[in-house]
Amino acid sequence: MAVKMDPIHQFELKPLVSFGHIGNQELAFTQSALYMFAAVGIIALITIVATAQRSVVPGRMQSMAEVFYEFIGSTLRQSAGHGSERFMPLIFSLFMFVLVLNMFGMIPYAFAVTSHIIVTFALAFLVIGTVIVYGFMAHGTKFLKVFVPSGVPGWLLPMIVAIEIVSFISRPISLAVRLFANVLAGHIALKIFAGFVPALLAAGAWGAISPLPLALSVAVTALEFLVAGLQAYVFATLASIYLSDALHPGH
Amino acid sequence: MAQPAHSTATQGIMASPASEHGGGFPPFESHTFLSQLIWLALAFGLLYYLMDKVALPRMQAILHDRATRLSSDLDEAQRMKAEAEAAGAAYEKSLADAQAKARTIAAETRASLTAEAETRRKTLEAELNDKIAASEATIRSRTAEAMGSVRSIAGETASAIVERLTGQAPDQTTLDTALNRVAIPH
Repeated sequence: MAVKMDPIHQFELKPLVSFGHIGNQELAFTQSALYMFAAVGIIALITIVATAQRSVVPGRMQSMAEVFYEFIGSTLRQSAGHGSERFMPLIFSLFMFVLVLNMFGMIPYAFAVTSHIIVTFALAFLVIGTVIVYGFMAHGTKFLKVFVPSGVPGWLLPMIVAIEIVSFISRPISLAVRLFANVLAGHIALKIFAGFVPALLAAGAWGAISPLPLALSVAVTALEFLVAGLQAYVFATLASIYLSDALHPGH
Repeated sequence: MAQPAHSTATQGIMASPASEHGGGFPPFESHTFLSQLIWLALAFGLLYYLMDKVALPRMQAILHDRATRLSSDLDEAQRMKAEAEAAGAAYEKSLADAQAKARTIAAETRASLTAEAETRRKTLEAELNDKIAASEATIRSRTAEAMGSVRSIAGETASAIVERLTGQAPDQTTLDTALNRVAIPH
C-alpha cells in the first residue's frame, strides 16, 4: 500500500484555466479562485436568496442569515461603538467570507483558501487600509492622536508613541498570520495524524495501534471546526476593534 | 476539482517542479500571488457589493419590519384588551342597571298591587259591613215583627184556651192586662 505522507501537497494551487505569465507571475483561474466564488455564491444563497421572501416569520435559511446579521451587528457595535454601522458591510463580508472559506477547508479533499498567506494578508491590509483612509478622511491630522494616548507624562511620550506605532504596524501582520497559521497548522496536523493510520496499517503488527491516531484525527477534526469558526469571529472582532480607532481616535 | 493526474498540462505552467514533490511550500510561492490577489479582489469585491447593496439592507428592513410589526401588534393587542375590558365594564353596568330597574319595577308593581288589593279589600269590607248592617236591621225588624206576632198569637191562644175552659171568650181588656202581666212586648 503506497501511502503518500505529504502534508503540504494539499495546499498546492491547481490551475483550472491558465492565462499565461506577466513577468514571473502566472495568471490562472485556480481551484482557490473557484472556492472563493463558491463562497460568494453560498453567502449570497444564505443572505439573498433565503431572504427573498422577506418573511416576518423566517424559515430556517432566513433565520440563519438573521442570526449572522445580528451576531456581527452586535459584535461590531460593542467593539467599534457609535458610528460603526457604516462598516457593517465590510465586517459582515469579511466574517462570512472567512467563515465559509474555513468551513470549505474542512470538507475532505477540499482546498482551504485561507491557508494561503497572501489571501489573509490581503484581507488584513484591506482592514488596516480602511482604518487609515477613513481615519484621515474623517478626522484629518487628528487621526494621528491614535498614536498619542492621553494622560501620558511628557518624558514618556516619545517611547509610548514609538510603541504605539510599532503596535499599529504589527496589527495587519498579526491579523493575517493568525488566520493563515491556524488554518495551515490545523490542516497539516490533521493530514499527519490521519496519515499515520494507513502508515501503521501497512507496517504489519504496528497496525494494532492504528486506532490511536484515528481517534486523534477525529478529535483534531472537531477542534479544527472550532478553529474555523473561531478564527472567522476573531478576524471580524479584531477588525472591528481596529476600525474603532478610525471612528474614535485619541481614546 | 482538477486532480493532479489529469491536469498535468496546466500544471506544467502553474506549478514549479519542486511543489510537485513537496519541495516548495505552496503558500510562499510568490509567483501565484498576483493571480490569487486578482481573484480575491474580484470575489471579495463582488461579495462586498452584494452585501452592501442587497443583503444587508434587506435584512435590516426585515428586522425593522418585524420590530415595528411586533410593537404595533402589541399595541393593537393592548388596545383591544382595553376595549374588551371597557365592553365588559359596560356590560356589567347595563346588567346592574337592568337589575336595578327590574327591582324598581317589581317594587312598584308590588306596591300598586298591594294598594289595589287594599282598596278592593276596603270596598269589600265596606260592602260587607253595609250588608251586615242591612241584615242586622232586617233581623231586628223581623224579630220585632215576630215578637208582635207572638203577642197576638199568645192573645189568640189564651182567648181560645179561656173560651174552651169557660165557654166564653174573655174581653180584650182583660186579655191585654194578662198579656202585659207576663211582659210580652208589643
